[in-house]
Amino acid sequence: MSTVVTTPVRSGFSFAEYLTCLNGIVWREALRFLHQRERFISALVRPLVWLFIFAAGFRQILGLSIIPPYETYILYEVYIAPGLMAMIQLFNGMQSSLSMVYDREMGNMRTLLVSPLPRWFLLSCKLMAGTAVSLLQVYAFLLIAWFWDIAPPPSGYLTVLPALILSGLMLGALGMLISSGIKQLENFAGVMNFVIFPMFFASSALYPLWRILESSPLLYYVCQFNPFTHAVELIRFALYGQVNWTSLAVVGGCTIAFMVGAITAYDPSRGLIRRGPAGGEA
Amino acid sequence: MTATDALSAGHAAPDIRPRPETGGSPALSIDGVSHSYGARQALIDVGFTVAPASFTALLGLNGAGKSTLFSLITRLFGIQRGHIGIFGHDIARAPGEALRLLGVVFQPRTLDLDLSVTQNLLYHAALHGIARRDARERSQEVLVRIGLADRTNSKVRDLSGGQMRRLEIARALLHRPRLLLLDEATVGLDVKARADILNHVRRLVTEQGISVLWATHLFDEIGVSDDLVVLHQGRVLARGKVAQVIADAGGSDINTAFMRLTGASAPGGSVAS
Repeated sequence: MSTVVTTPVRSGFSFAEYLTCLNGIVWREALRFLHQRERFISALVRPLVWLFIFAAGFRQILGLSIIPPYETYILYEVYIAPGLMAMIQLFNGMQSSLSMVYDREMGNMRTLLVSPLPRWFLLSCKLMAGTAVSLLQVYAFLLIAWFWDIAPPPSGYLTVLPALILSGLMLGALGMLISSGIKQLENFAGVMNFVIFPMFFASSALYPLWRILESSPLLYYVCQFNPFTHAVELIRFALYGQVNWTSLAVVGGCTIAFMVGAITAYDPSRGLIRRGPAGGEA
Repeated sequence: MTATDALSAGHAAPDIRPRPETGGSPALSIDGVSHSYGARQALIDVGFTVAPASFTALLGLNGAGKSTLFSLITRLFGIQRGHIGIFGHDIARAPGEALRLLGVVFQPRTLDLDLSVTQNLLYHAALHGIARRDARERSQEVLVRIGLADRTNSKVRDLSGGQMRRLEIARALLHRPRLLLLDEATVGLDVKARADILNHVRRLVTEQGISVLWATHLFDEIGVSDDLVVLHQGRVLARGKVAQVIADAGGSDINTAFMRLTGASAPGGSVAS
């Protein structure tokens, strides 16, 4: 028990070590999520409120024409379902990344960043873990929505998966990038006001873009440049077994850009996090 | 997975392979490190070393720059000026090698309160690439050592403050580092828990040859035979064996030596003696 056992100095890491690390981070994120039952419930209730209440009220007011990928007239509920799926991921991306900073004054983030594995890899694992959690939420939502007659073709549940992974990564990376510049919990309200709401409302989540063009060309262009619009459209098309190539390119490009930004921001030699002391003490 | 299993087997038995790169280097070397937050200088030309298998106390008041220094050693912040090495590995140029040899206990608690004792340990092991089976064995082993073997499935939330600290120390040692940093590890603990933690860490030095840097603002945690670094307002005021530092400052004990070094105007309220 008291023998001096030390790790020999090796350089580099084996593939198995990378894999172990990824597994561990995803496993912990899933465990934490399952323990926080309120978070799971509120993640589900939010889109369901939109679906059951908002959509029910709006379906009479808002007429929808037949637009791709839909091949027939659809109910408003069916139209906003992909938008709500993306909304789940948007909230999840912001929450899981911001919680990194908030958890006990960056305590948990420190544990993560002290790992000897390269930091870009740790942050990527963190992103993948957050995305995995968002997938659980989205599929739980789809299950409930199915009982509400929102039934995409059965193969759609499978074809939407790659789209959800990509959009989850993009929104998680965005959250991580934002989290690097934020220090305090109170700022989550700011993120709600300045990131989540504008992204959600100025997108094709709630209304088709041609409708927006009719009322405000300027807003139409804002929506077009909003990466969230493309996340929604990517999911919408994938849910019906189609690929929206423009959206795929935009979401893919934004994912890479946000990830590079977040990794740069957390790089200690260049990072944004070195701006100030972590806790009260210097 | 076979590669990892082979590695694990190597870890489990006492390692007899040579360790060429660490021979002769100090466990921790800090050289000319300065750091500022905007206009405020937190560290000014800080330099000292921690010898292998030694207990070095880093003494300073709150705000002396201890936490900044820890953030630099653990690569939370980038080094603005100077060099930090762990067993000869520069943390800016070879962070992977350096961090592998380093275990840290931060001042704020960094355990997942809703996860079990074992789950917390397994997560940490995974962060160091330790395969699951090996990680379970090691967890069991450390839990026996810190007297928490019967609490493996308890939520961390249900542990006492002292037990959490012991768990954090055990966690920091799971990947078998050779240098352990502890930042105010006894803050918020009662007298008995404080003594337990301190004795536990001192035994790690004598029995396992681990090098320890122990940051504190409490004089009574420092022993006469320890190495001491006095940090005040971002500067190193004194370093050396405790007895030597006291003699050089012309004090009768650490308390008076510290007061003399810091110009007697030290805010006594925040220093417990």
